Amino acid sequence: MATLLRYTPLLIVALLWELISRSGLVSQQMLPAFSDVLRTLVELAQSGDLLSNAVASLGRALLGFGLAVVLGGALGAAMALIPFVYRGIDPIVQIFYPLPKSALIPLVLVWFGLGDKSKMFLVFLGCLQPMILATFNGLRGVDTILGWSARSLGASRLEVVREVLFPAALPQLMTGLRTALAFMFLLMVSSELVIATNGLGYLIGSFGDQGSYREMFATILVVTGLGFAADRAFLAWSGHLLRWRP
Amino acid sequence: MMRLLARLSPIVVLLAVWEGAALLHLVKPFLLPAPHVVAGRIWKDVISGQFEMNAALTLYRALIGFAMACLIGVPAGILIASDRFVRWFAEPLVSVGFPMPKIAFLPVFMLWFGVYDVSKIVMVCFAAVFAVVAAAEAGTRGVDKFMLWSARAMGAGRYQLFREVILPAAMPQFLTGMQIALPVSLITAVAAEMLMGGAGLGGAMLAAGNYADSPGVFSGIVQTSVVGLVAVAGMTALRRRLLRWHPEFNPR
Repeated sequence: MATLLRYTPLLIVALLWELISRSGLVSQQMLPAFSDVLRTLVELAQSGDLLSNAVASLGRALLGFGLAVVLGGALGAAMALIPFVYRGIDPIVQIFYPLPKSALIPLVLVWFGLGDKSKMFLVFLGCLQPMILATFNGLRGVDTILGWSARSLGASRLEVVREVLFPAALPQLMTGLRTALAFMFLLMVSSELVIATNGLGYLIGSFGDQGSYREMFATILVVTGLGFAADRAFLAWSGHLLRWRP
Repeated sequence: MMRLLARLSPIVVLLAVWEGAALLHLVKPFLLPAPHVVAGRIWKDVISGQFEMNAALTLYRALIGFAMACLIGVPAGILIASDRFVRWFAEPLVSVGFPMPKIAFLPVFMLWFGVYDVSKIVMVCFAAVFAVVAAAEAGTRGVDKFMLWSARAMGAGRYQLFREVILPAAMPQFLTGMQIALPVSLITAVAAEMLMGGAGLGGAMLAAGNYADSPGVFSGIVQTSVVGLVAVAGMTALRRRLLRWHPEFNPR
């Protein structure tokens, strides 16, 4: 009930959308009525087009994301714990920091062509940086005294990492993961709008080009819903993981 | 000086390995053109004015959209923070809008505003506004209650309260929001150009990619980064200037 009340404003916006479209203030071409878009959404879902393209998009994106989490986490940790690695990698991370990752779309097109690999690699590159920075900053921010105390109490190096450093860095790690998740959706859609032969971003672009605006709006709703659901689920999960925090 | 050189050495090594690999034909020049080729291309673009024109176009689109996002976002954030009804209405909209990949709306804006600059600028504004709103809201909410109460007790009206108390007290957070929104604006402008064409840094890169002109792609990436770096540095300088009076820049 409380959730319903909380999200009433979304219903109001949907209602306004319906009214504006039905009233003829703007043409149905420019803004198809919300109810029509929903009906089209159901049709698209039943035809299976939506599912197969969503699977293609999310499959690529999650692979790139997962790879970035593993590799970025490992690199960030190595930078935080081993000074030599830090000196070697930090300047390179720093010069790539201001580089907008969407600018790499033409590059991955040249390198990998139109297939799955180009989008996977782009998502990987985009998510890598927030993961490296979050892991590095998280581990760096841990009070050194915590580590020393654990050592003097008889913890092994591995135990210090697992029982002290990791939990202490977890809040920062979760923030980095959330940023990376948002980047994943952004790069997934923008790269598919430019270079792809399937996927949700490709669907949006091609429906728009064909003038199938109901279908275009329906797909945008799906992408928005997916992004929102992923973010909420992530927040719930991270709240659960960090529930020990004051 | 020596320390700076030592810090830069990994980059020099990276460039040297890249140049060496290109000289020895370890990689196809098509996939990875040598650094000197890319540098030559950038130089050529600068001399011919191509770079300046594209950068100016992209900056124009990005900065107008960014300014609109600030003009809409800061007042909206203050309103959300200070009015319960507005907050109730806007909070779910912001929480849906914040994580969504905004670029998905580009085809909608193309439909509504045509294929020229207006749709690109609206796209930039839409992509950047959420960060500004969120920061402005957090900043306004963080203003010390006692300051507000004191000002009110001394007879400040709504406008004075805003001008003399909220604006200065929340300024650091407003600027933080803008500092997040500026790179987002640039990225969005470049991405919109890549999708829609119309020259600019993104349009030039897309054209280079489509003609399989890899030095063009690489020099475009470098040019975009440089423009981004300069814009971000400018924003940092602006923060420093606007917050001269703030303890942030007057450490004791």
